[in-house]
Amino acid sequence: MKQWEVVIGIETHAQLSTQAKIFSGSSTAFGSAPNVQANAVDIALPGVLPVLNKGAVVCAIRFGLAVGAEIARHSVFARKNYFYPDLPKGYQISQYEWPVVLGGQLAIQVGESEKTVSLTRAHLEEDAGKSLHEGLGPHFRECSGIDLNRAGTPLLEIVTEPDMRSSAEAVAYARALHALVRWIGICDGNMQEGSFRCDANVSVRPVGQPHFGTRREIKNLNSFRFMQQAIDYEVQWQIATLEDGGSIEQATVLFDPVSGETRAMRSKEDAHDYRYFPDPDLLPLAIDRSWVEQIRAQLPELPTAKRERLIADYGLSAYDARVLTSSLELVGYYEATVATAGQANAKSCANWVMVDLAARLNKEDREIGESPVSAEQLGGLIARIGDGTISTNIARKVFDFLWNGEGSSADEIIARQGLQQISDSSSLEMLLDELLAANPAMVAEFRAGKEKAFNALIGQVMKATRGQANPQRVSDLLRKKLG
Amino acid sequence: MIECSLQAMATALANKEISSVELTHLYLDRIARYNPRLNAYITVDPARSLAQARAADERLARGEGGPLTGIPIAHKDIFCAKDWLTTCGSKMLSNFVSPYDAAVIARFQTAGAVMLGKTNMDEFAMGSSNETSFYGPVHNPWDSSCVPGGSSGGSAASVAARLAPAATGTDTGGSIRQPAALCNLTGMKPTYGVISRYGMVAFASSLDQAGPLGRSAADCATLLNTMAGFDERDSTSLDRPAEDYSREINGASTAKPLAGLKIGLPEEFFGDGCSPEVMQLVEAAIGEYRQLGAETVAINLPSMGLSVAAYYVIAPAEASSNLARFDGVRYGYRAPAYQDLNDMYCKSRAQGFGDEVKRRILIGTYVLSHGYYDAYYLQAQRIRRLIANDFARAFQKCDVIIGPTSPSTAFKLGEKAADPVQMYLSDIYTIAVNLAGLPGISIPCGFAGGLPAGLQLIGNYFAEARLLNIAHRYQQANAWHLQRPDGFD
Repeated sequence: MKQWEVVIGIETHAQLSTQAKIFSGSSTAFGSAPNVQANAVDIALPGVLPVLNKGAVVCAIRFGLAVGAEIARHSVFARKNYFYPDLPKGYQISQYEWPVVLGGQLAIQVGESEKTVSLTRAHLEEDAGKSLHEGLGPHFRECSGIDLNRAGTPLLEIVTEPDMRSSAEAVAYARALHALVRWIGICDGNMQEGSFRCDANVSVRPVGQPHFGTRREIKNLNSFRFMQQAIDYEVQWQIATLEDGGSIEQATVLFDPVSGETRAMRSKEDAHDYRYFPDPDLLPLAIDRSWVEQIRAQLPELPTAKRERLIADYGLSAYDARVLTSSLELVGYYEATVATAGQANAKSCANWVMVDLAARLNKEDREIGESPVSAEQLGGLIARIGDGTISTNIARKVFDFLWNGEGSSADEIIARQGLQQISDSSSLEMLLDELLAANPAMVAEFRAGKEKAFNALIGQVMKATRGQANPQRVSDLLRKKLG
Repeated sequence: MIECSLQAMATALANKEISSVELTHLYLDRIARYNPRLNAYITVDPARSLAQARAADERLARGEGGPLTGIPIAHKDIFCAKDWLTTCGSKMLSNFVSPYDAAVIARFQTAGAVMLGKTNMDEFAMGSSNETSFYGPVHNPWDSSCVPGGSSGGSAASVAARLAPAATGTDTGGSIRQPAALCNLTGMKPTYGVISRYGMVAFASSLDQAGPLGRSAADCATLLNTMAGFDERDSTSLDRPAEDYSREINGASTAKPLAGLKIGLPEEFFGDGCSPEVMQLVEAAIGEYRQLGAETVAINLPSMGLSVAAYYVIAPAEASSNLARFDGVRYGYRAPAYQDLNDMYCKSRAQGFGDEVKRRILIGTYVLSHGYYDAYYLQAQRIRRLIANDFARAFQKCDVIIGPTSPSTAFKLGEKAADPVQMYLSDIYTIAVNLAGLPGISIPCGFAGGLPAGLQLIGNYFAEARLLNIAHRYQQANAWHLQRPDGFD
């Protein structure tokens, strides 16, 4: 049996979060009625011309800086020529020889090991429209519809080197990229709406063989799960084909989530000659270094740097740091929580955000940005645990009040509800004396060596104080009295 | 009135000697009478033109008229005009009513000019004789058996026969200057980027430039003042301060108005390839310029000989892509019957485009193909750079370059139609100017065998005002440009 090595490269189309399209002033909002967001430029009337949306270039530069890539000084838009009804001009404006972003790297985590994926390039281009083959209504039987709302939406196509060696690595890369583009605010990452779509170039080769095998490209993977399934299927298909003495032909394939299989869409022979050439309607871009530095200055702290800082400053574990930096919103919430609770409570904040808050959000299917409890409120709550005002159990009750909007801050709720922890020795001692006097049987049991009775007595105290007694203090005092 | 300069017309309108409605009627009547002989117009819409004229008269009555308010202007049918049929001389767009105005059209509207009609042209501006139009050839008013030149042949014929006071054209390889030469007009292609291309149906984007066709340099300056200006909708439009292109023309005249002017005479323009009769007229015009105070220097444009070849790679390459949008899907011609999508594309384009357009789409597709791109397209771009460098060096020695516009006077209809290469060579002197993006102007310089010949003046970038003045001074001293063809009284 031969050992096979899997080789994967990924191309991702990330839809950029600009208000307007890349070469026309039309809106990029999703979900409008067909062709409502298609102006003269989008439908390619005779005589119309493209004008570059500078915001799209800013997005590309932000991305380039975030992955440590080279930002080209000179970049050119090229026409990719082919006929298709949802491509109104008969060509797509893309970039070919001179993309905005060259090289770059992205760190990924697979299980416990880290790996770096090298990027080849990232270039700007416009999206095509959509062809609709069904659901057009009775007047359009045997017709296909064209919706050009999406035509001209800015995309950043991000291309990796063939650096990944398993579907798990490919998915880890896609996830890391997905998190990054959202982190730097260039793409909303909405995979259902097609804002983030991946193509995977997959090949296999016998371990030790220096050259790559023939690759097949799986198009339009719009979920991480499908990516994993599609690559796994494709890999086993390629290995089986080769082991049966067959050969792989270069092809473009589609993944069918229903059957879980990939099937060829077109072979290399059908490959288009796109006749790329520089678009004469658009001037070459001269990307000024001072502009790049200006954009760099506006970048948020990047995930890797942020993670290292959380570990160093707050003493978080690598795992906690990674979970908290899964999105800019989450880590922003966490840092705001710490800012209120104090750095001494940073670990407690991490637990609250990652466990209690996350569970509650998850249960109600809300995003962190939709949390009814603000970071300041949560931080205020955690501060009261830290200084012993309330116990963790009481804190959960206060959290419920905050979640339900029944109170403006932890302090206000604690005061209103009288939830302060009772730590005052004299009042606790008075309480204990009463309790011991009222429960001679339990005292006797304890003295006879039954530890259970001790816990039962503490339970009585907690019950009598509605949970507000400081349990440690009660325990200490009780032992002293009984001892 | 039909021999009045635009400035004189504006004065007459301002002084209420004539109304815009009367002036527009005058031209509409002439069009009705003479256009059947010339086929210069594709669309005339008297009701619409007269409505514009009435609006112009109201504006004039309020004293708010400008230099073109109320003056009828003919527009090449390459400019999209809202609610007007905009065919570009093609069956492909024979049903296309534009929902928007081109920048050039909008500027004329703002100026209060009256739109007189849409003029005939070579299909998608591809041609030098106006014989490739789906709407049939245009006849030269000087000899109806001859071509008017192209591609702005309809605009040229209409102004030459006084069926319009002035017209717009576009020039990708000589399409304003060559018909101007063949019809005894003044026609200018400005520096690339001076006039917005927005709304001008694209032929070869990096070469296309709109410009004026008129009866004098002074009229062209008036038109250019309205046409030129930055447009943010065209990324190749140049953001420069507005200028008055008439300013030098309006300067004081002296006996030697061009004293100190250095005219460059490129060796390559004065060799073989030009008919002796045309050359004689060009030489005589150069003599006139010496009389006006100019001196001449010999210059070289060594890469000139490659310009036609480079042009016929770059222009078709861009055209093959620019014309891909005419697919029968959203607007324009669609074949009446087809089997499937591919068949619809093939039939619609096969039926909608004429032979010359197809020839250029094929050439363009070929030169951009994988494996040929470097040898053709890239090589042609390098030649383009060499040609621009040639001009840059030449302009260190001279202020303006002068030579013939076209190697011959108007040729017979059908004479070159069967031989594309002969046809392409009629633009041998004009093409390099487009490749370099320079301004060029053609002015009448006399007649050979009853047919007009043109003198081409090429300036450095943004030298429009200067070129117009150099042309104007010649027109002050000579009357060639005032000659009108017989039979259009």
